Amino acid sequence: MSLTHTLFALLHRDLLLAYRHRAQLTNPLLFFTIVVSLFPLALEPDPKLLTTIGPGVIWVAALLANMLSLEGMFRSDFDDGSLEQIALSPYPLSLLVLAKVAAHWLTTGLPLLFAAPLLALLLNLPSEAMGVLLLTLLLGTPTLSLIGAIGVALTIGLRGGGVLLSLLILPLYIPVLIFAASAVANSAAGFGITGQLAILGALLALALGLAPLAAAGALRISLN
Amino acid sequence: MWQWFHRLGSPQRFYRLAGTVSTALMVAAAILAAAGLYYGLVDSPADYQQGESVRIMYVHVPAAWMSMFIYMVVAASSLVVLVWRIKVADAFARASAPIGAWFTFLALVTGSLWGKPMWGTWWIWDARLTSELILLFIYFGYIALRNAIEEPETAARAAAILALVGVVNIPIIHYSVEWWNTLHQGATVTKFDKPSIHLSMLIPLLLMAFAFKFYYLAIALRRARSLVLEREKGSRWVREMFGGTA
Repeated sequence: MSLTHTLFALLHRDLLLAYRHRAQLTNPLLFFTIVVSLFPLALEPDPKLLTTIGPGVIWVAALLANMLSLEGMFRSDFDDGSLEQIALSPYPLSLLVLAKVAAHWLTTGLPLLFAAPLLALLLNLPSEAMGVLLLTLLLGTPTLSLIGAIGVALTIGLRGGGVLLSLLILPLYIPVLIFAASAVANSAAGFGITGQLAILGALLALALGLAPLAAAGALRISLN
Repeated sequence: MWQWFHRLGSPQRFYRLAGTVSTALMVAAAILAAAGLYYGLVDSPADYQQGESVRIMYVHVPAAWMSMFIYMVVAASSLVVLVWRIKVADAFARASAPIGAWFTFLALVTGSLWGKPMWGTWWIWDARLTSELILLFIYFGYIALRNAIEEPETAARAAAILALVGVVNIPIIHYSVEWWNTLHQGATVTKFDKPSIHLSMLIPLLLMAFAFKFYYLAIALRRARSLVLEREKGSRWVREMFGGTA
């Protein structure tokens, strides 16, 4: 099999697995929605306040939803040994990891975009900010999945690695959070957003280039 | 040079050398700290705006420098671990991380103590304090990962990867936080051609910075020495040194 063929086969397999276990698709989405709806209850449902905190709240919830779903990226493959078979393949492990990250993002990151408009309504975000929110999610969540892959690869062999994973990964998510939330807040206030979007794009490019290499290295250590 | 490097990589030689060097560094650190504290607390002028509270700087700024310097040392040692698999480098990285975390914590505490009279509050979300806080989280992550993996070889290499991922991210995090909030005064010492800090304040600051650096190296060597000893406890040189039967 050629390299492209292998990558698509891997992607197809992961997507099919996710489709057969549909709870994997819906759970992060439900989590995302519930966390966001907790904030008006904890604070006060004042529309002005909600507009102010809305971008940050939605992005923090997206971050947490992404983090909770990370474990699924390699878990079942690690448990049944197919990850070792993947690592034995003649193709670069970093590219195979990239295919797995892509599948993970398509099944857990992309669906957040469908819930986001609803949440923007709940938090009283102006309609101009809605498009920007979707754009930042589109640019930002792949970066989160890529960085997250390194953390999962490092902790996959450990018992109770979940909390440890959040310790390792959340500080690294901060730049995405800052620029994404600020872009949404700026557009809600009517200011320019090209700078933030450009930096989100740059972060994505950087993560695309480096994260698969680090994750592949980490996987080889975990599989040792 | 390479031969020297290689010899240092031998645990036995490292153990011997580190003991002597550590003691010498400790003495140097004590002398420098005594001089730095004298000039800093007694012999330097109070700031015309900040008054006596400016003297917190002589602990705060060197601690903040150390927090970043030690992370760089951890990252550099990690690279050596991944490329040449030198066990001593791993021991040094492992020994350094908690010291770095403590210096970061010290920088945060002294920053907060300084902030109370200056800003009127213990904490503001100022760019540099926030970066230090995130650096502390990164140190915690590194230490937590090390502690979670039992097999020493795996722990060494996994932690090394994490340290390198961190070193790529720290500048990104730093500049995003800086962009997010720039309340702090600009950097004053990095402009070496014409420092905007007066010489009478710069001298104690640099003395303290070197005292901290030597102190760190002394403690890190001492800690790395015990880690090497623990890891090599089955080997012959350790048994011979402590008079056990080989």
